[in-house]
Amino acid sequence: MRKRSRLSRFNVASLALGLAFLYLPILILVIYSFNASRLVTVWGGWSLRWYHEFFGDRAMIEAAWMSLKVAASSASIATLLGTLAAVALSRGERFAGRTLFSGMLYAPLVMPEVITGLSLLLLFVALDAERGFWTVTMAHTTLTMCFVAVVVQSRLGSLDRSLEEAAMDLGCDPVRAFVAVTLPLIAPAIVAGWMLAFTLSLDDLVIASFTTGPGSATLPIRIYSEVRLGVKPEINAICTLVIGLIAVVIVIASLASKLSSAQGESAAPL
Amino acid sequence: MSARRIFARPARFAAIAPYVWMVLLFLVPFAFVLKISLSQTVIAQPPYEPVFDLTAGRASLEAAFAALSIDNFKLLVSDDLYVYAYVRSLTVAVTATALLLLIGYPIAYGMARLPTRWQAVAMVLVIVPFWTSFLIRIYAWINILQHDGLLNQILLALHLVSQPVVWLSTDSAMYIGIVYSYLPFMILPLYATLAKMEPALEEAASDLGAPPWQAFWLVTFPLSLPGIGAGVLLCFIPIVGEFVIPDLLAGSNSLMIGQTLWLEFFTNKDWPVASAAAIILLVVLLMPLLLYERLQRRQLEQGR
Repeated sequence: MRKRSRLSRFNVASLALGLAFLYLPILILVIYSFNASRLVTVWGGWSLRWYHEFFGDRAMIEAAWMSLKVAASSASIATLLGTLAAVALSRGERFAGRTLFSGMLYAPLVMPEVITGLSLLLLFVALDAERGFWTVTMAHTTLTMCFVAVVVQSRLGSLDRSLEEAAMDLGCDPVRAFVAVTLPLIAPAIVAGWMLAFTLSLDDLVIASFTTGPGSATLPIRIYSEVRLGVKPEINAICTLVIGLIAVVIVIASLASKLSSAQGESAAPL
Repeated sequence: MSARRIFARPARFAAIAPYVWMVLLFLVPFAFVLKISLSQTVIAQPPYEPVFDLTAGRASLEAAFAALSIDNFKLLVSDDLYVYAYVRSLTVAVTATALLLLIGYPIAYGMARLPTRWQAVAMVLVIVPFWTSFLIRIYAWINILQHDGLLNQILLALHLVSQPVVWLSTDSAMYIGIVYSYLPFMILPLYATLAKMEPALEEAASDLGAPPWQAFWLVTFPLSLPGIGAGVLLCFIPIVGEFVIPDLLAGSNSLMIGQTLWLEFFTNKDWPVASAAAIILLVVLLMPLLLYERLQRRQLEQGR
């Protein structure tokens, strides 16, 4: 037992201020999205006016639909490739080009997006590929599979390997041991990886701006061009909808990780 | 042969698909950036003169190598605009990272001292804003910082200022935006090291008579240096190439390198110069990138 509480007043104050700093701006944004008044300064009462406006804005709806399609497809491909990469890195022992492989997977995590976006665009131009849905999806897959790989790899690293070995001693071949034993254990991390990839793709402005073509703008691209012109209440409403969607995704992801801790292992760190 | 080694063989095959993908969509594109940064600007579609054509045989290849030009790089190091953009990017990144460390450390420290049950809750609370859209978070601040926004209203109501302060298009707004967006990246690695620390160490220091600040400075702080390193790199590297935050919140009279790259590319349509700018940015970041990669690998190996 501890002698006394280790929390000093300074600790409490910095925690409270820090969390307020992180959450107040988003809270204010959400509240103002229900403001009936066009002026931000004036509180005109609660209203759903700006949500109506958004659902009547065809270009915005199209962009939102495009973003959702890109996010779902790129997250799915990225989850498949990222999981394979994580398995190879944490179970493959040594193989040729392993250092290059892990380097390529870590670099995009911190690489400035302008560089990734520019380099992918130059590739697509050189290949003479038609820019639009598929080029953005491939670009997002390249970025997000690295995040999936990190999430799944940390889960694989914390797993007790004697389980796999036991399955193989009992006569499973490696592939069967993986499918029957490892895969169910890392499933929560795979789900969390998909969610992370989905939100990252939904969020991305820079890479999408480089790799998309005319007529296929994603939601962040549309929001960005509106925001440059100033604050518009309609944007508050769209942002609130996106926040709501992401909140749902987070709840599912945290349920998945709770499921994994219920299995008697530590939850995959996100 | 042990079961572990039998398992390793098919696991290695799993690398093939992601390996090919990353080589084609991550490594090869850099070759294109390098190639185009060395070619001449022309007004055409695409707006650069192809440097070499692999189908035309060896002679043309040699001719092409002779035609490679470093004009774009010469332009970038001689033109004040670009030199200033690089200097500004580094200055902004250093300042912002220092601010992040100053603000993030007390929060991470407070988190690490919470009872274990609450630590998990606090961690989720810090991560959640990282999941919400980056652009939305910046937009939220535009709402607050604009001329008749909430901040000015509060300041006026408290009679702290007599007329609205101009916040948008200033460096203060940009620093607020950067700190706000990158704070989780700083807090999480700091928290990870601080939480692992043995609380008995600090208690021993105070039992031996050290006042709290001394116990912190002589014991906790030095032990948290690995977390500081990870947090600093995790923030510094992307901030140098940041585009959206300075573009939306800072003034347009001094640009960061990410912005000049964007401008050259989208507005001036000068792809070769944009590519050269990207190459220089990459070279500037190579050292911290390699450092980060090593730290990351060491952490993974420790976690095993």
